[in-house]
Amino acid sequence: MAQATTLSGRQWSPPPLIKNPWVRWGLILGAVIYLIFALSTLNFDPARVARGMQRSGRLLLAFLHPDFTTRGNLIFTGMLESVTMAAISTVAGFIVAVPVGFGAARNLVPMPVYLVCRGLIALSRTFQEVIIAILFVVMFGFGPFAGVLTLIFGSLGFFSKLLAEDIEEIDAVQVEAIRSTGASWLQMVSYAVVPQVLPRMIGLTLYRFDINIREAAILGIVGAGGIGSTLNTSLRRYDYDTASAIILVIIALVMVVELSSGWIRKRVQ
Amino acid sequence: MPVLESSGIKTWQWRNQKQTLLEYAFWLALLLLMFACAKFIADRTTWGFVLDAPRQGREMLSRGVPPRWDYMSQLWRPLWDTLNIATLGTALSFVISVPVAFLAARNTTPNLLVRYIALFIIVGTRSVNSLIWALILVVVLGPGVLSGTLAIALRSIGFMGKLIYEGIEEINEEPVEAIRSTGASGAQVLSYAIWPQVITNILGVTVYRWDINLRESTVVGLVGAGGIGLQLDASINTLRWNQVSMILLVIFVSVLISEWISAKARQALI
Repeated sequence: MAQATTLSGRQWSPPPLIKNPWVRWGLILGAVIYLIFALSTLNFDPARVARGMQRSGRLLLAFLHPDFTTRGNLIFTGMLESVTMAAISTVAGFIVAVPVGFGAARNLVPMPVYLVCRGLIALSRTFQEVIIAILFVVMFGFGPFAGVLTLIFGSLGFFSKLLAEDIEEIDAVQVEAIRSTGASWLQMVSYAVVPQVLPRMIGLTLYRFDINIREAAILGIVGAGGIGSTLNTSLRRYDYDTASAIILVIIALVMVVELSSGWIRKRVQ
Repeated sequence: MPVLESSGIKTWQWRNQKQTLLEYAFWLALLLLMFACAKFIADRTTWGFVLDAPRQGREMLSRGVPPRWDYMSQLWRPLWDTLNIATLGTALSFVISVPVAFLAARNTTPNLLVRYIALFIIVGTRSVNSLIWALILVVVLGPGVLSGTLAIALRSIGFMGKLIYEGIEEINEEPVEAIRSTGASGAQVLSYAIWPQVITNILGVTVYRWDINLRESTVVGLVGAGGIGLQLDASINTLRWNQVSMILLVIFVSVLISEWISAKARQALI
């Protein structure tokens, strides 16, 4: 390396990621200016943080002796409610998403239907579940019903977008073949489209169940049912032992569901 | 291909008898499970409120439309805070998750113990939702943008770390061998053989997560961790539905813009 350097008289350096130097330095300069601006508006209050550190000590200590038993009953029913919400809304969300997904596939339906379905998907995907949950809680009252509706709405956007993309990418030859036998639209869909998209959909259902479990664990914070409300209450009452127990249970549940859904997905596909 | 033969006519079938039975049993079990779930939820629902929903919905709509346009003047600052929570959170997560990912990848980790610690960090931070992180951090650091930023950063470490370390494990080993055979040190192998192969993936993951983080940072304010969620919470609590609809509109537009930016940036990377 040293010899090569002296021979050519200059050091070799790897080519930069962005070739145009103006764009490269412009981006770097922009990032620096933004960072300075953003950090200056952060409102950092050292005194408050110092006070908080004491509390964080107590909170961390609580993780060493989580209290599962005192509010054991509440934790158990809360978790059960979260899991139930996730299960039913995954299945219901899938059922609702099938027609919307077909409607959002450009190669199957006329333009107006396509636009309506795409609009619905965009709406469901832009807003965080929690925001939808707040609106549903106002409409349908506190409790798991609002949470279930929220998760159905969220799953709807997820499933139908992926389903629509899958359908748009299917092999047109098979559709052509079934259609040439004189099949109706329904027969064409069930014999040429469904077999092509079904295997991936099963995997996606398990994946969405995984997401819904995570969401169902927090929706309670805004009153939409599940363990989140218990967690919120225990933190507000400085009952850190119970709060840490709840967080540990949530982590355990999320991990178990993630591992088992991954395992099933590997076996199905 | 199972074939059913009845009175001399052969009919083609998708599955044989045992498979069909198993399939029916599965659907029946799922159906029963769903009934049980629905019953459980129904028992815990106050149906009076649910039946009231159409009236409530109509009222929300009539009070929310049209949105209060001049409220926008009060929303620029929270919007800026939201953007900062997402961007600074992603940047912080980038700084932490890249080294963690290199320690977690099978081909770049110094030893097995370090690998398991790194994997534990990735799995642990990923399992806790950013809203839960925000709840905890508001207790520790007090309400404000800082708690929100850290909550977003912590949640992102696991997400980005996982995708980045999977990318590192999939690199082509030949350039690594080639650089190593010139007598290069570990740091030189990293910067000349591995880094060029993974940098586009890392940047792509970062931009993708930034897009998700912008959505998440709109809600951390609901538990007091700064951003536009604070205004949303206040407007809902005081039943100012025309402000709520204005905020929702602002969120919708900014998420669309961030999605567009993220898609463009990822296109440029590939």
